Amino acid sequence: MSGRIDEIFQFHQTALNLRAARQELLASNIANADTPNYKARDIDFARALRGALGGDGAQLALNTTAAAHLQGEAGETVMGAPVQYRIPTQPGADGNTVEMDTERTQFADNALRYEASVRFISERGKDVLAALQG
Amino acid sequence: MSLFNIFNIAGSAMAAQSQRLNVVASNLANADSATGPDGKPYQAKQVVFETAPAPGQVGQGVKVSAVVEDTSPMRVVYDPGHPMANEQGYVTMPNVNPVEEMVNMISASRSYQNNVEVLNTSKTLLQRTLTIGQ
Repeated sequence: MSGRIDEIFQFHQTALNLRAARQELLASNIANADTPNYKARDIDFARALRGALGGDGAQLALNTTAAAHLQGEAGETVMGAPVQYRIPTQPGADGNTVEMDTERTQFADNALRYEASVRFISERGKDVLAALQG
Repeated sequence: MSLFNIFNIAGSAMAAQSQRLNVVASNLANADSATGPDGKPYQAKQVVFETAPAPGQVGQGVKVSAVVEDTSPMRVVYDPGHPMANEQGYVTMPNVNPVEEMVNMISASRSYQNNVEVLNTSKTLLQRTLTIGQ
């Protein structure tokens, strides 16, 4: 039974963890808005969630047949999803690609969706409780 | 936990921006200091921002890597009555550009506010997370 209850919460728990990780990335973008040569970063949320739930979003490993072959991992990952660089529409003269309007809207959007996930988990909990108590 | 990391990231950005504001204040206050403890006119200072990556986490904070002296030429003013005037009657004054400093001040203050917003949002999200199951 506890396995079933775990399954009920698994989706939103994974989503919540990913939202929190993305929130951290966006906070880092906003914090570095004045740092020369800083490149704004983000993750593809839908793909990351698919990957984290064991779907097809995960990166495929490269086949290496010699010791000198490079692994295909391109740097940092968040819960298995690659961290990507944002393509700027108006890059700064100092090499900084943080666009505050984009970052702030994404930050607000992500925060709202985080709260939505929290609400979903709470409601799911109430549903399970109602089923148990009759 | 990602949301707690945001406190560190936004906090480091706020510290860096307040140091920038501090330097702006020093430059503006000394815009007319024709002489200092070393007998030379005040030289404008600028902060250099740098990302501060923490091991094992994707979000990056900010730190002030150096406070450098502005290398732009000193302002020369004709004022024969000034005690620091040379034989031709010219006084070397600080190379502080008040317009640049005011722009710097506004930019620092806006970035600081942005990070305060980030911090508040993260705090709200954490509080919401604590209400799961209530």
